[in-house]
Amino acid sequence: MLSRTAAQLYWLSRYLERAENLVRMLDVTHSLSLLPQTRGALTELAAPLAVTGSLDAFHASHTKLDADRLFNFMALDLDNPTSVLSCLKFARENAHAVRGQITAEMWEAINASWLEARQMPQRGIPSVSAFFDWVKERSHLFRGATYGTLQRNDAYCFIRLGTFIERADNTARLLDVKSQLIEPAHASLMPVDAPAESAPDFYAWSALLRSLSAFEAYHAAYRDSLDGRRVTELLILRPDVPRSLRACCDEIRLILPQIEAAEGALDAGRHVKQLAGKLAVQLEYGSVDEILALGLHDWLTGFLARSARISEAISQAYLEAA
Amino acid sequence: MHALTLPAQGHYDEMLLQSGAIRPHYQPFASWLHAQTPEALAKKRAEADLLFRKVGITFAVYGDEAGAERLIPFDTVPRIVSASEWQILEAGLRQRVTALNRFLWDIYHDHEIIKAGLIPAEQVFANAQYQPAMQGLDLPHGIYTHITGVDLIRHADGGYYVLEDNLRVPSGVSYMLENRKMMMRLFPELFAQYPVAPVAHYPTLLLNTLRHASQADNPTVVVLTPGPFNSAYFEHAFLAQQMGVELVEGQDLFVKDDHLYMRTTVGPQRVDVVYRRIDDAFLDPLAFRADSMLGVPGLLSVYKQGNVILANAIGTGVADDKSIYPYVPDMVRFYLGEEPILHNVPTWQCRKPDELDHVLTHMPDLVVKEVHGAGGYGMLVGPASTTAEVEDFRERVRANPSNYIAQPTLCLSSCPTFVESGIAPRHIDLRPFVLTGREISMVAGGLTRVALKAGSLVVNSSQGGGTKDTWVLEG
Repeated sequence: MLSRTAAQLYWLSRYLERAENLVRMLDVTHSLSLLPQTRGALTELAAPLAVTGSLDAFHASHTKLDADRLFNFMALDLDNPTSVLSCLKFARENAHAVRGQITAEMWEAINASWLEARQMPQRGIPSVSAFFDWVKERSHLFRGATYGTLQRNDAYCFIRLGTFIERADNTARLLDVKSQLIEPAHASLMPVDAPAESAPDFYAWSALLRSLSAFEAYHAAYRDSLDGRRVTELLILRPDVPRSLRACCDEIRLILPQIEAAEGALDAGRHVKQLAGKLAVQLEYGSVDEILALGLHDWLTGFLARSARISEAISQAYLEAA
Repeated sequence: MHALTLPAQGHYDEMLLQSGAIRPHYQPFASWLHAQTPEALAKKRAEADLLFRKVGITFAVYGDEAGAERLIPFDTVPRIVSASEWQILEAGLRQRVTALNRFLWDIYHDHEIIKAGLIPAEQVFANAQYQPAMQGLDLPHGIYTHITGVDLIRHADGGYYVLEDNLRVPSGVSYMLENRKMMMRLFPELFAQYPVAPVAHYPTLLLNTLRHASQADNPTVVVLTPGPFNSAYFEHAFLAQQMGVELVEGQDLFVKDDHLYMRTTVGPQRVDVVYRRIDDAFLDPLAFRADSMLGVPGLLSVYKQGNVILANAIGTGVADDKSIYPYVPDMVRFYLGEEPILHNVPTWQCRKPDELDHVLTHMPDLVVKEVHGAGGYGMLVGPASTTAEVEDFRERVRANPSNYIAQPTLCLSSCPTFVESGIAPRHIDLRPFVLTGREISMVAGGLTRVALKAGSLVVNSSQGGGTKDTWVLEG
């Protein structure tokens, strides 16, 4: 496969996954902002900006942060390259460039999404929740079309690779920002492994789980009240939660050997496979005690650096070859 | 009820006789049409529009930022060509394309036609499209124009005439294929009544033609596109996908050790045949335009060593130039010893003083074109222009006569077409696609373009033209 084509397939799915994750985060932020509590509401609103690294960009064009402004900026603003619509636009641009490599169903799914999305800044949207549902639905539709129609070839691998690289990164960032929002306010009163049931943090942890569609999984896995320690374990170490870091890294490790490659030392992807393998093994045999001993923020910072190195190595091995 | 009307006096209508009666091969269609309600048909048209948009069959219009991607309007009344007519057209196309290939071989080798005095040497060698680099180069099987699109019109006398030959990178074949798919989806019942020759195997014929062009064993074929912002990008991607070959941009290719390679996820891979959809000037910044970001440095050198095939060959533009066009019937006689089956439109060459006088005098009645122009730009349709526009063009022609040719205002035939107010006659042309490989092959059909403005004779999509499905009936 052409290196450029591989890059476009990979970024197509990264942008789509990013749009979906962004919406998951905004959805939670939105529901938290509706709660009858003022504590932390503002920091809660700032979370999506912090996660996407667009705090400065927001403040450059806005004087005040409130739920509406945040939504418009992060969801519908095409001048903001990190907004949901911008992600859909970039995803569609990449798809346009490789439409010969994807099936008609996949193209139609992504093209129709963009055609509808681009009307939204002018026409408006029926409701914020309807928008969140719509984006998730469009993302599911594309993934379903991919799963149901695309030949299991390198195109499939690069699309899947993009999905899990992006998802691991997004889950880690979301966990990092949320845990920092929760921790400082109660650092003395409530360590991260204290039960959250009685505290307002119950809402924060449950919101985090819901944003990652892992609320039900939590209860199925632990049959116990919410606490930060278990949430951390679930989202980092559980292999059966599709948006956990462990699940993403397992997928990445499985996908890499399926990409067509030369044998042995000539395999350009050797280094990537090494990095991804090491990271997956660390998660497989890791424990939540080790993570909390190091400090969740420090551990996640380390994880993000390693996943960035894998992403970089993927680019070097496959996407900008020769 | 759908009222069908005749076009303005002096035009041939594809569906109606002068008396207003339906031509025999359109009768089943007319009866079917008569039985449809306007609402049902409007619904079908809306469905077609939605489907085309969803599939993304769009084209980019240069210099139109807002509508960077537009749909080419699709009309649901088919253009139907009888079997006997197509037989003549096909024979004529084979003959003409064979002669054009012989001409290209000749002007890049021994110049027999010039020595014979049939074409003035300066018409060929001073032509901007003539590529000196091609002189003496032997291409496998002597093929220059692997893909040719010939624009035909039907005149008031009912005969077909060649308006121009497109020997560089003719486009539009994807619309021929998609239009057929759309019609079969919208109106399957019509295909039960008509023996319409299929066109869907065109990509297979194209792939065979391209593979045959190379002498390599199991050659690797690619489609080279300028990229997603090109107006015909949809078609480039479509054809690559339909043929199952890579769609590459210049940045994906590189030259090493006298061969052409593409950058892939498993390292460099040899490329043997390039179906290039970019113009000569942009192919190789080392040989042609140095500012081209679209081509591949060193490509010409690989080509001259015979290590890659370009389809079409470099330098074919000299044969489809409007200044060479008047000589094509002579080429048929000279190279093949046959009388041309397809006729040219009478053409005045402004470089000839007596013909220039005629053009300047009769300009309000003529169509005047730049010899290198394309896409409906840089032309004057005399009868449709104001006195001031004619005067302005007259000055331009006077200033540089050899840059222009003129033709009588053609009476393009009309075909009933859906418009705001119902169904009305609109002018059409026809572009069949001719493939030259082991032998000449083509599908029975082509792209019918339609000028959607009342009375307009400009069918180009960049000028508001639309398309129709073309049904060649099997005999």
